[in-house]
Amino acid sequence: MTINCLICHAELLPLLGWSALFLKEKPRYLCDVCQAKWERINGHTCKRCDRPMSEEDGDTCFDCIRWEKDAVWADCLTRNHSIVEYNDFCKEVIARFKYRGDYILAYPIAEMMKGSLLTIEYDFLVAIPLSTERQYERGFNQSEAIITALGEQSLSVLTRIHTEKQSKKSRAERIHLPQVFQLVERAVIQEKSLVLIDDIYTTGSTLRNAAKLLIEAGAKKVSSLTIARG
Amino acid sequence: MRFIVKNNRLHPVYEKTAQSFILSNAPSIPQPQMNTQYPINEDLQTLLQGKQLLHDDLTHPYELIQEHYENGYLQYRKSIAFEKNKPVCRRCGNTNPSLFAQFPCARCQEEACTYCRNCLMMGRVSSCTPLLSWAGPIIPPETIDSPLQWDGQLSAGQKKASNEVTQAIMENKNFLVWAVCGAGKTEVLFAGINEAIRQGKRVCIATPRTDVVLELAPRFKKAFPTIPIAALYGGSEDRHLHAQLTIATTHQLFRFYQAFDSLIVDEVDAFPYSNDETLQYAVQQARKPTSSIIYLTATPSEQWQGECRIGKRAYVTIPARFHRSSLPVPGFTWCGNWEKAINKNVLPSSVKRWLKERIDADKQTLLFLPKISNMKKILPIVQTLHPKVAAVHAEDPARKEKVLSMRKKEILILLTTTILERGVTLPNIDVAVLGAENRIFTESALVQIAGRVGRKAEAPTGTITFFHYGKTRAMVRARKQIVNMNIEAKKKGLIDD
Ligand SMILES: [Zn+2]
Ligand SMILES: [Zn+2]
Ligand SMILES: [Zn+2]
Ligand SMILES: [Zn+2]
Ligand SMILES: [Zn+2]
Ligand SMILES: [Zn+2]
Repeated sequence: MTINCLICHAELLPLLGWSALFLKEKPRYLCDVCQAKWERINGHTCKRCDRPMSEEDGDTCFDCIRWEKDAVWADCLTRNHSIVEYNDFCKEVIARFKYRGDYILAYPIAEMMKGSLLTIEYDFLVAIPLSTERQYERGFNQSEAIITALGEQSLSVLTRIHTEKQSKKSRAERIHLPQVFQLVERAVIQEKSLVLIDDIYTTGSTLRNAAKLLIEAGAKKVSSLTIARG
Repeated sequence: MRFIVKNNRLHPVYEKTAQSFILSNAPSIPQPQMNTQYPINEDLQTLLQGKQLLHDDLTHPYELIQEHYENGYLQYRKSIAFEKNKPVCRRCGNTNPSLFAQFPCARCQEEACTYCRNCLMMGRVSSCTPLLSWAGPIIPPETIDSPLQWDGQLSAGQKKASNEVTQAIMENKNFLVWAVCGAGKTEVLFAGINEAIRQGKRVCIATPRTDVVLELAPRFKKAFPTIPIAALYGGSEDRHLHAQLTIATTHQLFRFYQAFDSLIVDEVDAFPYSNDETLQYAVQQARKPTSSIIYLTATPSEQWQGECRIGKRAYVTIPARFHRSSLPVPGFTWCGNWEKAINKNVLPSSVKRWLKERIDADKQTLLFLPKISNMKKILPIVQTLHPKVAAVHAEDPARKEKVLSMRKKEILILLTTTILERGVTLPNIDVAVLGAENRIFTESALVQIAGRVGRKAEAPTGTITFFHYGKTRAMVRARKQIVNMNIEAKKKGLIDD
């Protein structure tokens, strides 16, 4: 049976020779042409949120400085890791995955994230929950899908209590939003290191909201891993 | 959404129980008797008749939709069915296992709900998604007395085709119009569509490309100014417009179900082989059981040509262009191992000579190449001959701009992959194919490419050359097809030269 690229449907030609032996373990989801369209983040980035920036701008970006100056938010989220830039290709893949509901794209996305996950010390992965209505509408939760594709299980400790559309609010509104998540299970996270998994880090407010709640409930450390830095 | 059976009817439920099932596992779907006392929702009727939609496509409450089903006015159908344990998408006809996937579904709570990736862009259908169709009476169409307001002239060839198309539409027959590039096939449809609409029939023109929908819609709106015309493509706003004449991309046909009395399928040859089956499926779904299908093409497949020859397929040819000049016939020029040559940064001498002649005469030129990699290799070489050289391919974001600068004569030589094989009409150009032996240049692709030459009445001639490293059957057949059309046109007195 032939395997096809999950994006362009081109046939994936079988690997030959040595590379076939070495790469046997690694599943292939995209053709080389599509795979090359990811733009990996490398070089100097903000030490908090992984935003690409120039050396002269220091080690923390302006947004993160603002977050960390605010006593409410300081040190909730230790660090965000992002893998690729939010270019047109990434935008298309995420839109197809999340909004069109092409669940299987969680696999090539997770494949990109695996290496980074190995560098993080953690006890549990935690998905960002969706409201019940949104989850019914989409059919699945994208961050849970990524965790499954990473070969792990999401620790279900959060639920969403607020369902308003984030994108319609200004940054100031979003930052001072009342708590949007609720904790359902406290004991299991005590003194544990947690990694929040999501598709994009945009303003960081969703992730910080979740992180704050988890830290206040007794988690030792919360970081995040997202495919893209928006 | 899951279902249970109660009183021999389906009932939607949300809980996963021993009794509840997902639609694709339903052994059969009972259809209740029509209750004539039930006050139907006319909005729902308008939206659903001739369609197959999803709950997500409608804003109506699920309860209202269910009520229409229970009263016999609406039909639930499986979107994904399993035949011999293999998934089949009933919306798009997809049976390719690599175009299905599974997910743990929040709607039906199944761990593996199967969805179709082939028609995902029209809204995801999965094992638990019902297709909704109207099962009640349809709104009778308005009959309009002669909506056609077009006073153009048809050529003799067009006239004959126009009469036969009209007859096929009236008699609900399938019919092929084999019209050479530049024959003017759009005008050939006017009389038949006029007659259909006069009789209250619904007509759809389906074409593979959005550009064509955008180009055809204003032409039809001008010819039929008094009737509503829906132009459907991804993201268009006419989605819920119930029109007697619909112009749509073939993809949009997936939303229709037993809708059209006449379906006109443009450029049947343009479909990549892999999509061919789902296109045929979409056409069959969208037509009414009694209806006509009119196929338009400049170059039918070998199989169809054979069927025409032995009388198995009703067809008409328009063998001559509107401007009454014969079709330019391709010349074959052997150019050796051209790929090896360009890898050493040299052009085969015959190609170089050909280009130089065009440059000296200041004649605009299209040069077709089989692969993007060839194009990248050859671009700098050709640029040493002349500064005004550009290259274009399918994924080139500046594609439209480059064609435009070609029109403005800012480019003299445009290198291209098969992306410009159809649709683009440039006046007064010469065309060549380098590597015409490549598999990508099928008979129909080559006929289309040759059809780029001599399109305008002001400049009805031009040369078309196939540079090759070994003549192929496709090349020979393409040339023969063109020569035969010229002979036929001459015989029928349709050309002057
Ligand atoms: Zn690909
Ligand atoms: Zn930062
Ligand atoms: Zn990192
Ligand atoms: Zn009921
Ligand atoms: Zn489902
Ligand atoms: Zn489908």
